[in-house]
Amino acid sequence: MSENVQRHEPYRDARQQHEADMMGMYVFLSTEVMLFGGIFLAIFVLRLQHPEAFVEASKRMHVFIGAFNTAVLLTSSLAVAIAVHGARQGAARLSTALFGGAAGLGVVFLGLKALEYRKEYEDGLLPVVSDPGRFSSPIEHLFMNLYLVATALHATHLAIGILLLAGLAWRIGRGNLKLPERAIVVVICGLYWHFVDVVWVFLYPVLYLAR
Amino acid sequence: MTNALDAPDPHNAGISETRAERESYLRAGHTLRSWLLTTDHKRIAILYLISVTLFFFIGGAAAALIRADLVTPGGDLLTNEGYNRAFTIHGVIMVWFFLIPSIPTTFGNFLLPLMIGARDVAFPRLNLLSWYIFVIGGLITVYALIAGGVDTGWTFYTPLSSFFANGHVVLVAVAVFIAGFSSILTGLNFIVTVHKLRAPGMTWRHLPLFVWSHYATSLILVLATPVLAITLALIAAERLFGLGIFDPALGGDPLLFQHLFWFYSHPAVYIMVLPAMGVVSELVAASARKPVFGYAFVAGSSIAIAIIGFLVWGHHMFVAGQSMYASTVFSFLSLVVAVPSAIKVYNWTATLHKGRIALDPPFFFAASFIGLFVIGGLTGLALAMLAIDVHVHDTYFVVAHFHYIMVGGTVSAYFGALHYWWPKMIGRKYPLVWGRLSAAAIFFGFNLTFFPQFILGYLGMPRRYHVYDPPFQVLHVLSSAGASILAVAYLMPAFYLFYSLRYGDPAGRNPWGVTGLEWTVPSPPPKHNFMETPIVTELPYDYHVEREGEQ
Repeated sequence: MSENVQRHEPYRDARQQHEADMMGMYVFLSTEVMLFGGIFLAIFVLRLQHPEAFVEASKRMHVFIGAFNTAVLLTSSLAVAIAVHGARQGAARLSTALFGGAAGLGVVFLGLKALEYRKEYEDGLLPVVSDPGRFSSPIEHLFMNLYLVATALHATHLAIGILLLAGLAWRIGRGNLKLPERAIVVVICGLYWHFVDVVWVFLYPVLYLAR
Repeated sequence: MTNALDAPDPHNAGISETRAERESYLRAGHTLRSWLLTTDHKRIAILYLISVTLFFFIGGAAAALIRADLVTPGGDLLTNEGYNRAFTIHGVIMVWFFLIPSIPTTFGNFLLPLMIGARDVAFPRLNLLSWYIFVIGGLITVYALIAGGVDTGWTFYTPLSSFFANGHVVLVAVAVFIAGFSSILTGLNFIVTVHKLRAPGMTWRHLPLFVWSHYATSLILVLATPVLAITLALIAAERLFGLGIFDPALGGDPLLFQHLFWFYSHPAVYIMVLPAMGVVSELVAASARKPVFGYAFVAGSSIAIAIIGFLVWGHHMFVAGQSMYASTVFSFLSLVVAVPSAIKVYNWTATLHKGRIALDPPFFFAASFIGLFVIGGLTGLALAMLAIDVHVHDTYFVVAHFHYIMVGGTVSAYFGALHYWWPKMIGRKYPLVWGRLSAAAIFFGFNLTFFPQFILGYLGMPRRYHVYDPPFQVLHVLSSAGASILAVAYLMPAFYLFYSLRYGDPAGRNPWGVTGLEWTVPSPPPKHNFMETPIVTELPYDYHVEREGEQ
């Protein structure tokens, strides 16, 4: 750890502060796991209780948009991983570019997600706005409801992540975030991004690939 | 480790010149702004103390309405709707805005850093944020109360909450959702503080039991509260746009709501009682002037309760249509979770055995806790039995049982903590005789209020009814009489504690003559707690025990 790290009130030294920051973030992510855990539980219960209707509903999902979005997010995570590594070495320009790129990929994801919602609206499958009478079965209606809640919650998290990464790119680019001294900020934002990514990695097969 | 500390620390040189220059945290700023923007854990504890006290009296007012209405068998005071709203707001306010935050956010915030030799919690700004989130959640709840209230009960059971209730269900769900994040941030802060900010020599074996129990509580706070958050979000979605996951018409399952809700809300009972157990461990050792008997077991039982507490939620659903095999397992696990609680009770009693007990207010409250907790715990065992639960489910027996734990237990411990650490927090002593009196009045009023409810429930009086069979009236009148005594008893400390603010004698560092790092600093503590980071060499509760013939 570098000696000229900005140190806050309760800490004796920079190493202690670094460990506390990392631990705080992991504890926070564990709360996020439990939050999404409730949604996944609801989805699994639905599937256990109505296996066939669940699979039928899943078959009407736009698998390729979802697959492409998975690729987009995984690529963004790679960019973030390299950017964090770079930030630790003090490679500010590399970090700026990669964080900007990852935030851009996040925007691409949200754009494709919006397109997907639009297609589902055209198919009469999007809850709230579509006519409930057009669903082929109550289970399909329920499936689409849960799909909307789960993906909207994920998209909200992703939007926060985009703001974080864009903010990082901006601050590193302007020299407001000194690297590698303040690399902890970068590492923590990176962890958040990877987490949001991992949630999608589970959501995609659960919702799109049920066969 | 020691060498690094002996070396001069350039960061600290500026603020620790002479003792006289150091001010207490109370005088470290006089403006309202210096309080509302403080990041000092002690000031945040005071902010919490003021706000949870406020909510305690709001929830208490709702309880007073309920008890007044129940004096007569007819619905004379409140309408059916009004009665439902009164007990709902009583439950919501007391559970989420008093019992859950009470001990951790006030005494935990104040004492945790002091007890482990730290200058503050790990994330001071997050700590302040958590208070603001709590206040916003509380204000929304109070607004919902003024706007007409909710009538679902604090449990928000579907389909009542999703389709049939007319009140502000979504608003209150949002308020509790928001307040949940305050819990999460507090728990997160405590976990990291205990792991990373212990003073040199403060190993896990050296931690006071108060810290152990708060650590266990924090584990539940961070792992259970998010599940409540998503459950309330699903309820709101169900009510607003017919999500359907709890609605059989769409193939959903109403029982799923109960599983999700109690997955949080049963561990939440341990969020309420574990910190109280930590307080009692401190109070018992201080009163007996003896080391806590079986320290490792008392500490370990906190963790055991936190873990097993996650596996018993199904005992709320024995008659809800859950599988018989699941019920059997949950029944067994509910008996298992009583074991660590019993270990604590035996060890407190063994600690008092042959102690030179100081009959001060903290001991009175600790003794109240132990006695009432034993009754609450044993009736809990009865309720965990499948066959008995079928008969007394949703009767006053259950109401009496959980009030013995939450009010008899947690609120007694809360007042005990207030009486024990008040001289440390404020720097002034209060008249002890009044402390003893109010402890005795609370004990008497509490038992008169809730013991008749065990009988009522056993005789078949269901909970949440305000029109009842006339033969039940005698017991209800007794209970309401007890409640009025309890109300006066709960108000008493407000008077003499306020009195002590101005007229109390200075407390000095250690008015009770007890061990613990928090008693080594001035009262009230200086802004930065410790002039130099303490180095811990002695085990906690390191009292010299006189043996027979040693005098």
